[in-house]
Amino acid sequence: MKNLLTSSIAMFVILLGFTSCNNGNKSGSKSGALASNIAEKVYVAPGEYDSHYAFLSGGYSGNVTVYGLPSGRMFKEIPVFSQFPTSGYGYSEETKPMLNTSYGFIPWGDAHHPDISQSKGELDGRWLFINENNTPRIARLSLTTFETEEIIEVPNSAGNHSSSFVTENTEYVVAGTRFSVPIPQRDMPIKDYKGNFQGALSFISVAPETGNMDIKFQVLMPGFNYDLSHPGRGKSHGWFFFTTYNTEEANTLLEVNASQNDKDFIAAINWKKIEEYVNNGGGTMMPANYAHNVYDEHTHTATSTMKKEVRVVNPIEVPGAVYFIPTPKSPHGCDVDPSGEYIVGNGKLSANLTVHSFTKMLDAIENKKFAGEAYGIPILNFEDVLAGVVEQPGLGPLHTEFDGKGNAYTTFFISSEVVKWKLGTWEVVDRKPTYYSVGHLTIPGGNSGKPQGKYMFAMNKITKDRYLPTGPEMEHSAQLYDISGDKMELLLDFPTHGEPHYAAAMEAGIIKAQSQKIYKLADNKHPYAAKSDADTKVVRDGKNVHIYLTTIRSHFSPDNIEGIKVGDKVYFHVTNLEQDFDVPHGFAVIGQNNSELLVMPGQTKTSVWEPKQVGVWPFYCTDFCSALHQEMQGYVRVSAANSDTPIKWSLGEDIE
Amino acid sequence: MKKASIIMIIGSLLLLGLFKFPLWNIMLGAPQYPDPLGMNIYIDGIKGVSEFDLQNIDGLNHYIGMKTIPKADEMWEFSMFPKVIFGMAMLGVIIGLLGYFGKVSYKYFLGWFLFMSVLGILGMYDFNNWLVDYGGNLDPHAIIKVTNPDGTPMSYKPPLIGFKKLLNFDVTSLPHTGGYLMFVGMSLTLVAFWLGRKTSLNKKT
Repeated sequence: MKNLLTSSIAMFVILLGFTSCNNGNKSGSKSGALASNIAEKVYVAPGEYDSHYAFLSGGYSGNVTVYGLPSGRMFKEIPVFSQFPTSGYGYSEETKPMLNTSYGFIPWGDAHHPDISQSKGELDGRWLFINENNTPRIARLSLTTFETEEIIEVPNSAGNHSSSFVTENTEYVVAGTRFSVPIPQRDMPIKDYKGNFQGALSFISVAPETGNMDIKFQVLMPGFNYDLSHPGRGKSHGWFFFTTYNTEEANTLLEVNASQNDKDFIAAINWKKIEEYVNNGGGTMMPANYAHNVYDEHTHTATSTMKKEVRVVNPIEVPGAVYFIPTPKSPHGCDVDPSGEYIVGNGKLSANLTVHSFTKMLDAIENKKFAGEAYGIPILNFEDVLAGVVEQPGLGPLHTEFDGKGNAYTTFFISSEVVKWKLGTWEVVDRKPTYYSVGHLTIPGGNSGKPQGKYMFAMNKITKDRYLPTGPEMEHSAQLYDISGDKMELLLDFPTHGEPHYAAAMEAGIIKAQSQKIYKLADNKHPYAAKSDADTKVVRDGKNVHIYLTTIRSHFSPDNIEGIKVGDKVYFHVTNLEQDFDVPHGFAVIGQNNSELLVMPGQTKTSVWEPKQVGVWPFYCTDFCSALHQEMQGYVRVSAANSDTPIKWSLGEDIE
Repeated sequence: MKKASIIMIIGSLLLLGLFKFPLWNIMLGAPQYPDPLGMNIYIDGIKGVSEFDLQNIDGLNHYIGMKTIPKADEMWEFSMFPKVIFGMAMLGVIIGLLGYFGKVSYKYFLGWFLFMSVLGILGMYDFNNWLVDYGGNLDPHAIIKVTNPDGTPMSYKPPLIGFKKLLNFDVTSLPHTGGYLMFVGMSLTLVAFWLGRKTSLNKKT
């Protein structure tokens, strides 16, 4: 077969050699009317692959959705901060700890900005990070298994919005607070906000091998709102930039009261300097209470550990580490170009786009040219740092991405468009309507030194759909553009799930090659795994009954279970013995109060069932697994609480 | 004759490739298996092309009542074949050496080839018998029973060589690296015979 394969590939290559000449001619003739055949540009034929992965945040759905580009097909929904009955995530005993926080079990989340890990400023496709806004958390997903592997809660933080962007070697992922709060939290009058609240910017270190996260330090900043952020790169590597709003420190009717200052700030943080300070023992340990949840791929089980302190740094104690750059009118996006020189501050109430120069910033700092200070932090002069202004490009600028060819693309929420402009000359080159009110936009490789500027997609906030109507509630939408030419070209509308804020995307190669197809049964270290039918058993431990259950096409083992009593807590530990790609088995039992399970090949998952009634109750496989899926079922006999029915189990014969 | 003898020795030694490379390969592909399942048949046992292929083939085959793919110790062939192949390779080398020193005539080369061919044919016959049994001797309690148009139970015997469609699977059975090395080796012994004959005829004239 292999030989057939090689010879047929050789044949194919030869044929290709002949036909490609023809193609060359054809494409030449396509410059006419056929050149506008847009459908062809997004068509991915059956059996062929998309060229890019896109990971969209699910907003209030608390998850991440995986899309293919250019087709706009959705491949997967990965639960992160929310329970997910499809797989049992957040319901199974193994994954419940993932949603543990200092506020207890939180079954939902508001996911915002995904970012892919980087090495030397390029996307390496190992992990995806994403922040949760409401209960401040950062999650790390494996891009091998496409599962959530770790979630760390962020203390002293509220509205974890200016997250989760990574530095160019994934040294840190940041979690910047949107809302400033009393630190530590205490009972105090809200009107005393000004001067008393603080904003924590957290730098979470990422272990290079495992990806494990740890809050290295928090910078306790003045009580502004910290909106978005981006790392420096290249020449500005070692710095992090955060936009602020409400520098007025108003505490009520912010729509008016936080829009009074002509300029707010971009906070420039020299994290290398603070890191050095911390490594030399700087900062103070502060009592805290936050959850660190880690999923172990070998035990298929998550553990939640409560951490009791966090290192905080007062920026004034690290001179030269933190500066404020004045930026017009409530800047939202804060985007750094691939070279690391330009920092774009999108003042969402400003008519112009402001671009700062990193080099000029360093000059101003060196010459100590300060306009003043805020809470002891030096404020630079707007004019000293300004690189240029894009004049009147549109209304309501939000976010900017770069194509790696010297162009920037900015979304305009109010005028609903994407505007392409040139770095350095600041002239507008092209603009395209988005038809919806656009929020973020993504270019694959966006937050890196090497954008892959073929596609750009805009994610829309207020959708009056251009699809068939689905009642008052509908999904949001995205629009895909080809940006490989001089002018942007709208290729596709595609619906998205939840409210995608930001997305991270990259060429498919690395991720596709490393994608895992099964869990090896031999590596399964789950304490309740049954690795063969011989290991299956039912064990009573007081009121708890542990059922070691296996699944394989097309039966459960055991499939007849007796001796369960009303009032027992029954743990179904289901191990899927399959070692074949895409053969999960499901598990459900009547009266199950939590969720079904979906167990991947080689994996063990546990569901608790508390039988309330005497009877003989069926369980079955919920995922169509084979021609005999419908026969994949079993019975549990539940006896009265005071009965003496002994524990028994069997498969293939009657219970003796 | 010296050249012929060396070729004879090389040809015989190529048989030893069977100790490293599979003799035969059977691949099972289907639309729902974008990565086809496959088994490599070595002289001392059967291995999956990918780690879990055998397990998965067995899993599929249980629907139609086929036996599981035999382990090495379940078939006498897998302990016998290595001995035969090693023996034949050594025999070839010895004949080649004797030829080199002029102790035996080139005709022994052909003798070896014919003997090896007979063994090969017996091996193929045995292999085919196994395939017939494997594909036809089905569990009467099989979940799925498919009959031929004439009412006889369908056989799932993979092809001895070439391609066959078995239900939804495309089955391709072809020699693999070890097998090709053996064929090349055997051909070389024929070349050795022909060379030896030529030299000997030249000498006579």
